[in-house]
Amino acid sequence: MQLLYDFFTGQMGLDATGAHVSVASLMAVLMFTVMAICAIFFTWMERKVAGFMQSRYGPMYTGRFHGWAQAVADMLKILGKEDIIPAEADKGMFKFAPILVLLGSLLAWAAIPWAPDFVAADLDLGLFYIFAASSLVVIGILMAGWASNNKWALYGAARGAAQMVSYEIPLALAAVPVIMRAGSLNPQDIVISQQGGIWHWNINPIANPFLFVAFILYFIASIAETNRGPFDMPETESELVAGYHTEYTGMRFAFFFLAEYANLFLVSMIAAMLFLGGWWAPLPGMGWIPPALNFIIKGVLLVFLNMWVRWTLPRVRVDQLMYLCWKVMIPASLLCVVGAGLWMMAWGQLK
Amino acid sequence: MANDPNVAKAAAPKRGWHDQDHVPGIKSELLELNMGPQHPATHGVLRLLLQTDGEIVYKVTPVLGYLHRCAEKIAEGVTYKQWVVYTDRFDYLAPMCCNHAYVTAVERLMGQQVPERAEHIRIAVSELSRIASHLIALATFGLDMGAWTPLLYCFREREEILNLLERISGGRMLYNYMIPGGVRYDVPNDNWVADVLDFVDLMEHNKLPEYNTLLTYNKIFIERTADVGVIDAKTALDYGCTGPVLRGSGVDFDCRRDDPYSLYHKFDWQVQVGRGEMGTVGDCWDRYIVRAREIEQSCRIIRQALQQLPDGPYQAIALKALVKVPAGAAYTRVESAKGELGHYLIADGGQTAFRNKVRSPSFCNLQVVEKVGVGQMVSDLVALVGSLDIVLGEIDR
Repeated sequence: MQLLYDFFTGQMGLDATGAHVSVASLMAVLMFTVMAICAIFFTWMERKVAGFMQSRYGPMYTGRFHGWAQAVADMLKILGKEDIIPAEADKGMFKFAPILVLLGSLLAWAAIPWAPDFVAADLDLGLFYIFAASSLVVIGILMAGWASNNKWALYGAARGAAQMVSYEIPLALAAVPVIMRAGSLNPQDIVISQQGGIWHWNINPIANPFLFVAFILYFIASIAETNRGPFDMPETESELVAGYHTEYTGMRFAFFFLAEYANLFLVSMIAAMLFLGGWWAPLPGMGWIPPALNFIIKGVLLVFLNMWVRWTLPRVRVDQLMYLCWKVMIPASLLCVVGAGLWMMAWGQLK
Repeated sequence: MANDPNVAKAAAPKRGWHDQDHVPGIKSELLELNMGPQHPATHGVLRLLLQTDGEIVYKVTPVLGYLHRCAEKIAEGVTYKQWVVYTDRFDYLAPMCCNHAYVTAVERLMGQQVPERAEHIRIAVSELSRIASHLIALATFGLDMGAWTPLLYCFREREEILNLLERISGGRMLYNYMIPGGVRYDVPNDNWVADVLDFVDLMEHNKLPEYNTLLTYNKIFIERTADVGVIDAKTALDYGCTGPVLRGSGVDFDCRRDDPYSLYHKFDWQVQVGRGEMGTVGDCWDRYIVRAREIEQSCRIIRQALQQLPDGPYQAIALKALVKVPAGAAYTRVESAKGELGHYLIADGGQTAFRNKVRSPSFCNLQVVEKVGVGQMVSDLVALVGSLDIVLGEIDR
């Protein structure tokens, strides 16, 4: 980042404010591009993973090698689709909802630490900001369901709102032990606190078993937060047709679709950052691997785990989902916070 | 996790908040919801008219007729042999059983004996059809519960069955295979019998355990299906439920054993009934497991039928293109994949039937939704409809 500032102030001859604005704009464009590419890649990956889990191939033709261009072709096709807005829909809200859903995801991407000196917005309250920004998605989903003027969409939206609001609590609580260990809310500091090989990562159950439990809680909550199986209540394609985006077509639908995969990678990257050592290589001698590559590989592995779960398990019912959140996961994550604190006090790790 | 039957009980009709004046001046009403005819969980063009209070269903009304094709009326216009084609289209997931039901009725009127070899072949293909149908039932029930992968696994095995049935009948889905007095073609001499036996072994020892690991004993699946949509034995009998739905409710009845037709009495197999292992007798899980276990029993029947396959003719020799049926009436019933499939055939001595009334199991099984679906959550209603395993081709005919 410093390099970029130097480039704009030195080479381009801009003052400090100008350089700041330039860097911010550049990063915004870059993050959006990366997000779109990731979402398209994960669409393809999901189809391949699902295919192999179901003893079939998935896309095989478009672009020759294992249908790599299928997702790109789908996106191009969807651009040409008719944009249908139901006659009785609340038009303004109907149009704004997909943007808000994508925005919630995109804003959170800004604070992701990709490499030691590469983060779009290096915020001291980064983690707090990420959780706050990604909760915008709930409003978008609720708006989409309400504005569609469709009963199935409303069902999906009501379920989705209840689910996502509930699961944000264990999601954030599971991050608290990590914050306690790092002594900071800054994503970079959290990553730096896990320096020195795989046994220093927060996931190591020997160093602190409560952090390991927190990782599992975070993973479960993140599946619910991204509305994916077995917690895909807002969509539940066998009950609610397509849930909150039943009435959406064309590019507006694609926005929801992109946001789902962007969110999926986002929560996986946060998990990698919180528990899997962020951009650190697994072993000390592996410093030659680019840090960003480390980080992305960890994120993709977690995404794969997420897909594995989705294509294996049946879906829970909506009341069971709420039970799981309020009566199991929130008490468990509170206990986890207390336990982790006591553990760190006992071993003198608390900052 | 929350698997509390009280959730459904507490929300029994007339105790909902909309009946009471909690907030004076604010009137609330039930939400009318059209589930279908285009809906992923209704397994065809079934339309369920729901009245819901949030997630709780207060009233279910099945609306039928979207797939009506006047098949029974057509029976009065085509010859007896020609109408076999239409029976295929009833339960298009297990057409062999439907063929069997109809040709049995014609044969009873004619007083026609069927060669033993033909009976063995009929039983083998009927049971293969039953396995295919039950596989679809397990698969789509899993899909209704949100499990995608078992769907593909079950379809993979069904594909094998379709290939086998294609080799013997020439058709993959609608076979038109049985004719009054026998079957249309003999067993092909390209190792068909051995292939079927191989498949049956694979199904019984390899594939069923795989489904059990993946779906049947999955904790989430049990939570979703145990104690859900309970049809007690009395309700099942009152509403005329048959087949796996009746047996899932713990009633030990199977036409193949209790009203023997064909040669089922010759073979060694057992009727499976629901035992309420995971919850109450007659819940969705029981209906599911009865189907899974019936696949196993069908495998046993097929194995015996084909290992003891006698030599001899596969059609009655006297059979001509135009069968002559003397005046009279006959009711025959067979155990199709969905339940008791009956044909009430009235002949007036002419070339066509005077009347053919079909008693289709799915039609009778579906009625129970009106009673059992009330007070359930919308998700549980989907589970209930899925576990009844209806096929719309048979309901609307």
